[in-house]
This record gives sequence, structure tokens and C-alpha cells, in this order.
Amino acid sequence: MKRSIFKVQSNIALTKDVYKMVLVGDTSGITNCGQFVNILLDGLYLRRPISVNDYDEETLTLIYKVVGVGTEKMKFMEEGTSLDVLTGLGNGYNLSKAGDHPLLIGGGVGVPPLYNLAKKLIKEGKKVSVILGFNKKEEVFAEDSFKELGCEVAVTTVDGSYGVKGFVTNALPESYSYFYTCGPEPMLKAVYNSTTTSGEFSFEERMGCGFGACMGCTCKTLYGHKRICKDGPVLTKEEIVWEK
Amino acid sequence: MGEIDTKVNLLGIELDNPIIPASGTFGFGYEFNDLYDINILGTFSWKGTTKEPRYGNATPRIAETPSGMLNAVGLQNPGVEKVVTVEAEKLAKVFHKKVMANVSGFSIEEYVEVCEKVSKLDMVGWIELNVSCPNVHGGGLAFGTDPENIKAVVREVKKVINKPLIVKLSPNVTNIVEMAKAAEEAGADAVSLINTLLGMRINLKTGKPLLANTTGGLSGPAVFPVAVRCVYQVAHAVNIPVIGMGGVSSAEDVLEMMMAGATAVQVGAANLVNPYACKEIIEDLPRVMEKYGIKSLKDIIGGRK
Repeated sequence: MKRSIFKVQSNIALTKDVYKMVLVGDTSGITNCGQFVNILLDGLYLRRPISVNDYDEETLTLIYKVVGVGTEKMKFMEEGTSLDVLTGLGNGYNLSKAGDHPLLIGGGVGVPPLYNLAKKLIKEGKKVSVILGFNKKEEVFAEDSFKELGCEVAVTTVDGSYGVKGFVTNALPESYSYFYTCGPEPMLKAVYNSTTTSGEFSFEERMGCGFGACMGCTCKTLYGHKRICKDGPVLTKEEIVWEK
Repeated sequence: MGEIDTKVNLLGIELDNPIIPASGTFGFGYEFNDLYDINILGTFSWKGTTKEPRYGNATPRIAETPSGMLNAVGLQNPGVEKVVTVEAEKLAKVFHKKVMANVSGFSIEEYVEVCEKVSKLDMVGWIELNVSCPNVHGGGLAFGTDPENIKAVVREVKKVINKPLIVKLSPNVTNIVEMAKAAEEAGADAVSLINTLLGMRINLKTGKPLLANTTGGLSGPAVFPVAVRCVYQVAHAVNIPVIGMGGVSSAEDVLEMMMAGATAVQVGAANLVNPYACKEIIEDLPRVMEKYGIKSLKDIIGGRK
């Protein structure tokens, strides 16, 4: 974990309520894809955790959905705004498990953290299949960016207005070596029940600190209590206990 | 101005400075040692320990509030057996000062059993008895809102420990002074206050409470003036040391808390927003003391002389 000051380079709308923010600063705290950052916002007490979409040596890209007062503030941030950010939070995905043909499954705002993962897997020469699930056509984003990396991309919409009609589980390929997924909990559960290999799930939970101190985001696993922020947000299929 | 002295004496043990991360915001310490050398702290109060392992409450356990937060963690901890073995061992590798062992329970017997066990650890300098957790049912706060219950649990615990006993008090009472006096009368060596204030928030979209536990404890800068008032009232009413806490976020807050009557000061929620909060406060203390012409912190406990 590292605490540093970032500057907003750009902040643009991808859909009606999904935004892409590029920040410039010290990204050396980020050690793995699938990690998240925790941002201090003016006028709010607790930091806001946001998954990392992409990063390089000096830039950090976040794709966030406006869902509450924190992200509402973020959406209005202009170029040059300074932000106090904790980087390198959480465990992230385990790339060594991918096999030859990993499958990435993202739903809605669960799509962004899969991007840097896809980039790294492609770089390693893997055949990467991606399923992106949305409610309707107007909400679709990131399809092109995954295609540009060289991934095989399928898009699903619940109302059938774009791509395959239905849920991400309606577009599962016949074979794949391993999977990585992030999205709303009902989707994760469906993925859990429909997939035939082992895989990794990225979870979301209300957090206090984001770095393991407050025990605000604990969940039960087969291997004991885990903090989503520090021992997660990525859990393996083998350890998950569905509670809700 | 000569040498600045940040040392204070807490029940016979000298602290390099009065800064103590509060229980529940610092785990068992060793994870924070990855961020900075935790030996710069006066000491810290470890995560509230109970007889049995506890998962705590359902999530969400955390909610934002104006200038603060609500938590309803519910005393998640691995249970005293694991604490005195696994957690204490990990802590001993990185922390070379005496630690404050925070203990909670659901019956007098449980408090006694846990206190007896942690008291045997060499590294424990003080036991902080949490009779004020608002987030568990049938325990914690049930003791801290009745002076007779406080007396009973303090008397029994005192019989089995060989370390100073600090009783952590709740502000969720009609008169916190009465609780502090009860603790003193039963033999407590010090009191610490305040624990969180009971609060709740509602999600406008669902019309339901934000916290799965419905209610939670309010902390952060929002509660600081309440904490200063409580510390002031209690310090004027008892003859044992008072440890002040509640929304402390800066070196200035530390001075204010000490002038209200605190011998040492705990920092809670601030650690969750800024993991370096205690380090920064400790580094800032000499500068702020100099600014206000304070040579020794011992001189401002209970007001400037």
C-alpha cells in the first residue's frame, strides 16, 4: 500500500452514468491486477474504494459508475484536480492459474478490473475470451478496448438490445482453462453454478478503511473469516461460502 | 525554548508520547508495522478480545456520516486462545513496548476468564475493559450502563489480574460521571472514554437501515466535542487517570483532550481514513507544543498551569 497525491488528467463519460478517469501520479504501490485504490474526497469522511481498470508507470485509469455521493463528486472533477489516493489495496488476481485459454466474465461496473488482467494475459500469449454483461445497449462500454487487446469478446444484454440476449452465463464458451469474474453478486453466483473449471471471483463490500484495520468488510469462507479489502477482493471458487 | 517533552506516565509505565491507537482501528498492530515502525507509538490498544472467536455482525457494517462514520463490526476477533498465542506472537516480533489488552465479554465469568489469560502475557502493560460496545447484544454496553454492573465486573476482574485495569466507558448513558465513579469505587486504576455514540442511518432508496445491524457506533471528528466534554466532567469527578478519545485527528486535538483532563489520548477513526494518522500526529506534536509554548505535556493535563 502506498499513499500519494494524484492529479486528474481526464474524466469523461463512457455511458450515461459510467465515467473513465485517468490520474497521473506514483503508481508504484500497485503490485497486481485486480487490486483497488481508495480515494479521499472533499467533504466526505471515509475514502471511496474503486477498482483499477489499468495502470502503467505514471498513470492510473479508473472506470466508475455514479451510484452515490462519492462517485457523484468524482464525476464533476476537472483536469488538474489533486486527489489523495491509497494504492495497491487488496490481493488481486492470480495469473499463474490462467492456463492456455482463460475466460474473463464481467458484469456492468465489474468489467473494469478485468481490463488490466486481460492485457497481461494477452502479453503472456494466452488466448483470452471475454464475456461482458449489461442490462441494455445504452449501458455497454469497454467492448472495443478488449477487442483491441486481441481478446475474443461476447456481449450480453438482459433485454437483448445488443449482443446475446440474456445473462453472461448464456454466452459461456464450450471450453476454457480457468476463469476470472467480477460483477454484482447474483451474477457471481450464477457464474459459480454454471462454470465447469476453477476460477476467481472479485467481490464488493462496504468498507471502512480498505486496508484491513477495521474489520468492516469481513466475509465467511471455507478457510475462515476474510477481509474483502485485504485478504480479497479476489476469492477462489474453492473457498467461497454464499451467505446472502 | 528548551527541550520539548512529550512523555507521560500511564499508571506507572512511562510512554514516549500519549498517542494510543484505539481498539478496533489497529488490529493487533503488526500489520501497521508494514507501514511504519509502530514502536514510535506511546502504546496501542489491541482489537477487543472475547472468550470465544467471534465473526461479528452481518455486513454492511460501515456507513458514512457527516464528519464521521458508523460501525457495527460486532467484536469480530479470533478468541482469547488465539490472541494470546498466534496474535501475541506476531506482535511480539515487531512491537517492543507494553501493549494495552482490550477485553470484552458477555458475562462476568467471561470477562474474568479472558482478563486472567491476557494478564499473564508479559507484553501486556494494561488491561482495558470494554463495558461499552454498542454493537453486541446482551453484552458490552449492558454492563456499561448500570453502575452496579460496572462495580461487579470490575471487582471480580481485579481479583484475577496483576496489571492495571482501565475501564472503557460509554457516552450512551444519562450521566457518564456516575459510571466513572462506580468504576473508581470498585477499584479501577483508570477510565478511558468515550466509546462510540449509538446512531443509525437509513438508505433513501430502500427505506431500510444502512447497517445490517440497524444501529452502529458513531465516531470521527463529529463526536470530538462530546468526548472533550465527557473527559472534562469525568476528570473533575474522579481521582484516577482518564484516557481521552473520540474523534481525535490532530496534534491540536491531543492537546485539547489533555487540557480537558486526559493523561493519554487514543486515536480511533482517524487511523481508518489515514493509516499514517498516529505517526503524523506524533511527528507534529513538538511543533504544535512549541506553537502554544508548552514544554512538557505532563504540565497540561487538566488545563494549563
